[in-house]
Amino acid sequence: MTLTMYALVDCNNFYVSCERVFAPQWQGRPVVVLSNNDGCLISRSDEAKVLGFKMGEPYHQVRPLLELSQVKVFSSNYALYGDMSRRVVQVLSEFAAGVEVYSIDEAFLDFRGMNWLAPDLQRYGEQLRERVWRATGIPTCVGIAPTKTLAKLANRLARKQLNPVKMLNSKAECQAALAQTLVGDVWGIGRRYARKLREQGIMTAADLAAQPESWVRRYLGGVVGGRLWRELHGQPCLEWNPSEHEDDDEHLTPGIGRHSVTHTRSFGCPQQELAALSEAVATFAARTAEKLRRHGLAAHLVTVLLGTDRYAPGIEPATRTAVVHLPIATHDTPLLTQAALRGLRQLHRPGVAYHRAGVLLSGLETAGQGQLDLFTSLAPLPPARLQLMTVLDRLNNQFGRHTVRLAAAAGPNPGWAGRRAYQSPAYTTDWENLWQLK
Amino acid sequence: MDALLSDFFSAAQLVARPLPQFGCLLPAGFPSPADDHADAPLDLTRLLFRHSASTFLARVSGDSMVGAGIHPGDLVAVDRARRPADGSIVVAVVEGEHTIKRLRQREGRTWLEAENSRYPPLPVPAEVGLVVWGVVTHVVHEF
Repeated sequence: MTLTMYALVDCNNFYVSCERVFAPQWQGRPVVVLSNNDGCLISRSDEAKVLGFKMGEPYHQVRPLLELSQVKVFSSNYALYGDMSRRVVQVLSEFAAGVEVYSIDEAFLDFRGMNWLAPDLQRYGEQLRERVWRATGIPTCVGIAPTKTLAKLANRLARKQLNPVKMLNSKAECQAALAQTLVGDVWGIGRRYARKLREQGIMTAADLAAQPESWVRRYLGGVVGGRLWRELHGQPCLEWNPSEHEDDDEHLTPGIGRHSVTHTRSFGCPQQELAALSEAVATFAARTAEKLRRHGLAAHLVTVLLGTDRYAPGIEPATRTAVVHLPIATHDTPLLTQAALRGLRQLHRPGVAYHRAGVLLSGLETAGQGQLDLFTSLAPLPPARLQLMTVLDRLNNQFGRHTVRLAAAAGPNPGWAGRRAYQSPAYTTDWENLWQLK
Repeated sequence: MDALLSDFFSAAQLVARPLPQFGCLLPAGFPSPADDHADAPLDLTRLLFRHSASTFLARVSGDSMVGAGIHPGDLVAVDRARRPADGSIVVAVVEGEHTIKRLRQREGRTWLEAENSRYPPLPVPAEVGLVVWGVVTHVVHEF
């Protein structure tokens, strides 16, 4: 029988683990990694968790306590994390034909039919984990179960129970795992729905699964709720792909669920002037366009966001967005930049100090397959223009990110760039910063 | 701004106009007989990164391994996944720091040996154990 099984491989405290690969003196000692602009804690070693430091805590608030507890602090080093993530995924692809990268530190493996090759999937998961560790130095947890939602749940239990590979192999095991999981910890159930469910007396994932499907459809957003319910019952739904909210972090949801590409950054100091904001937004637009091209995608919608101080009390929402619609989906840097700057001009209010800005591209489709619009005279871009983008990407790949750019975008080290006081070198991706051995 | 951008487009389109490319420039006569046998150029990274997931490049700063042909400023490729054996050149973790040495099993003990008489061999205390980070597979030296 062909067994349907998925594995979720999750790197433990990924950013901290990456830092430790090159700084072994911090093995077994408390370490945290800060978000862009040294804003808040985004990755904590187990030792730092035991000391009580929380995810997302603003750095300036916990700084004295971190110093007192002799916690090692790193600024985020995405060049390093990106390269380590590539290595992990490369190892994973040796273990399954289908690898769906879910985020920088998580990937789903499609184990459908794998029982023919590896009758003992528990053992296979252990081998996979051992191999990732040997090749990259990154510790992982593996959850294996009949659906992605259950694999995610198994992974969570593996992490909690300090049993790095957890497989849900029978109805009884799935049921036990559901009973041990609070409803708010189920993949795809946000804080709002969790509260709503608790008000209905639904405390655990098992309580939710015990409701009739019609009930779940009524209380959990219709079809989506139905899919979630079936996933909890061990029936895989391919369309099931909730996205998790990630802020201040380059994030691309790849695979089937890839629906947006974003680039958001905090500024080193608040920015008011349209000129500086334009430069930042043009730079972010170029980065997102580059990512689109790398994945062979084109976007219909350009969302620009501007954020004010998140921690300041006030009634105004901290983030405002403007959406610009493009009649023809594109991955062309100049067109996307123009659209983003139009969005920025709509948003910008004189005299307001902005702390963050970002560009999000959505309405994605495979490049070159777009429908022409009957009601506009817009022709698709000439082939020479596509070629120009290819050349641009090649030059920037070969000679460094800032080699060729629009005049609207910023060069290296712009004035608005964030703080990174404690950043480790880009050990694996930059000749100037290469790992040093004595 | 828009005007600037559109200037860039037209200029860029001029620049990016595709030019025909030929393997040989012979207005008449025979094409190069080698054209049919064109291969991709040899790529050294395929040799250095045979295992690209587990191989890391590092710049050597010390002189403890000059006897093995590893000089300060050289590049070494280190494969984390390769199993170390007696005689392997390894990157080991000693007191929380990476060090590049030759691994030796002798007299029932494990030693980390420099290839430079100025550095004495380092016995690995059995109770501490040895953490091998990876095995050095290649060195790139510029004369």
